[in-house]
Amino acid sequence: MSVIQARALVKSYGELHAVDGIDFDVAPGESFGLLGPNGAGKSTTMRMIGGTSLRTSGTLTVLGMDPETRGPEVRANLGVIPQQDNLDSELRCRENLITYGRYFGLPRPYLQKRADDLLAFAQLTEKANEKVDNLSGGMKRRLTIARGLINEPKILLLDEPTTGLDPQARHILWDRLFRLKEEGVTLVVTTHFMDEAEQLCDRLVVMDHGRIVAEGSPAQLIREYSTREVLEVRFGSERNAAVVEQLADVADRVEVLPDRILLYSADGEAALERVTSRGLAPVTSLVRRSSLEDVFLRLTGRSLID
Amino acid sequence: MTDRAPVSIAAEADSNRLAYSGGALSPTEQAVISRRWGWLLYAEYRLTTMRAYLQTIVIRAIGLPLLYLASMGLGLGALVDSGAGGVDGVSYLVFVAPALLVSSVVMEATGEFTYPVMSGFKWQKHFFAASASPLSPKQVALGELVAVGLKFTAEAFVFWLALLTFGAVTSPHSWLVVLIAPLAALAFGVPLMAFAAKQQDEGAQFAFIQRFVVMPMFLFAGTFFPLGAMPVYLQWIGWISPMWHGTQLARIVCFGMPNPWWLTLLHVAVLVAAVAVGTWVAARVFTDRLTR
Repeated sequence: MSVIQARALVKSYGELHAVDGIDFDVAPGESFGLLGPNGAGKSTTMRMIGGTSLRTSGTLTVLGMDPETRGPEVRANLGVIPQQDNLDSELRCRENLITYGRYFGLPRPYLQKRADDLLAFAQLTEKANEKVDNLSGGMKRRLTIARGLINEPKILLLDEPTTGLDPQARHILWDRLFRLKEEGVTLVVTTHFMDEAEQLCDRLVVMDHGRIVAEGSPAQLIREYSTREVLEVRFGSERNAAVVEQLADVADRVEVLPDRILLYSADGEAALERVTSRGLAPVTSLVRRSSLEDVFLRLTGRSLID
Repeated sequence: MTDRAPVSIAAEADSNRLAYSGGALSPTEQAVISRRWGWLLYAEYRLTTMRAYLQTIVIRAIGLPLLYLASMGLGLGALVDSGAGGVDGVSYLVFVAPALLVSSVVMEATGEFTYPVMSGFKWQKHFFAASASPLSPKQVALGELVAVGLKFTAEAFVFWLALLTFGAVTSPHSWLVVLIAPLAALAFGVPLMAFAAKQQDEGAQFAFIQRFVVMPMFLFAGTFFPLGAMPVYLQWIGWISPMWHGTQLARIVCFGMPNPWWLTLLHVAVLVAAVAVGTWVAARVFTDRLTR
């Protein structure tokens, strides 16, 4: 039984189809990702799940309920982490959690204890009485996540949870999310970072122009749409295009990016040997594992972050 | 813990189960409460945020009546009373005091229902935060006006105490101004909230309202002299102003100003209708913007 089920889900703004007929299921306790570039329809999908965006057609159920007609019941089961933090900067950290919890009709004595627990979870205990404005970006993000947990939601919707954070802040945040996952919270995550999707998601759909172009676990997708390894070579931006014809049969597949050439092959080192054996001397070369970025490139012909 | 987590973090907070403590109400219970009381829960939040600038509110609520009553009532009043022997059969202080109370509360509405509304949609986005909870956009709009209405009531109460102190009321029914003033302020403020909610970007529109709607209303809607003292072609400014309707009602309850019963009823009806229509429009605009 899925906790979220979408069938032929469409959201149009006039001529623009932000979400253009998507189907997906999210299982209980699963960590489900929506991966895609800006404008792919990820955030719109998230808002439809919460019933704060009305779908144009198709069906959508959350825990068996339609978010449009049973909005309060659905949202009482959700924790929503929007793309941009919308904490109240006039209130202190702890007050932010408590006042938000009151929206759910939760009693103050419960909220006071809950707020302290969540501040500890978000590693913000020392900042409890600090104004939100005095927090760093990563702290604000963690506070927003803590706020999203105030009502003990079954499903957490995270819209680009780590965009704009430095690497250390991202790792702290991922760790907190892992803990929630371990406790059985269903996570729905949108991201345009492949590393984030690989870290967080059991299963994901790749979205582009409002459609789902692929679905599976990160490993499955890489297996299916890419090779095990990738050889990246640079010949200088002038020469890349000129050299590429000579490389056509070196690898299973070749992609030319403005600054480098990607050669997809099960064995990257062997591919590099074939390149050099032809008398070609790349300025730099790098053999790495395939990632979801490669999957996306293969599926759409474009990079994720443009 | 996973191998990716920094060690210092892994040690912490392992004892408490965060996801489900079991202490919260069930989602169904949460939804029942917010379906019914959501407007009040939002008002509670709004009042909590006002605590952040409580000092300013209190100083203003006490200082403003003192300044107004001392300058207009006593200063200008001495001049008017010695020249014309009062207005409408009462001293100028008694005539002007109820109007000062109402108009100062009505003018507060401009501040409360313009920039804070835009902030809720655009800067702080607290309306969006609330709409991700079980609250509906309609409840958010309603809660906003309930909270601000309560603030107006408190301000009117303080002003009324000042009126009593200055001996500016002669009727035992004068306490009713504590309700009349917020009603008039909402009659002006709630339609303004609907307008502000429609605005996508900050431009000159709010400054325009302050200068070309609120100031003329204050000066021409019968606050300092009876509306009838003005040429007829200017009196319409009073007729369409919530401030004038509120001021007239305030004078009736504060010093028993003679007024035909039907006109008194009309004053009340105009104010109630403005609040009702304004609320209906605001609820629609909030819903449109929060469920795109």
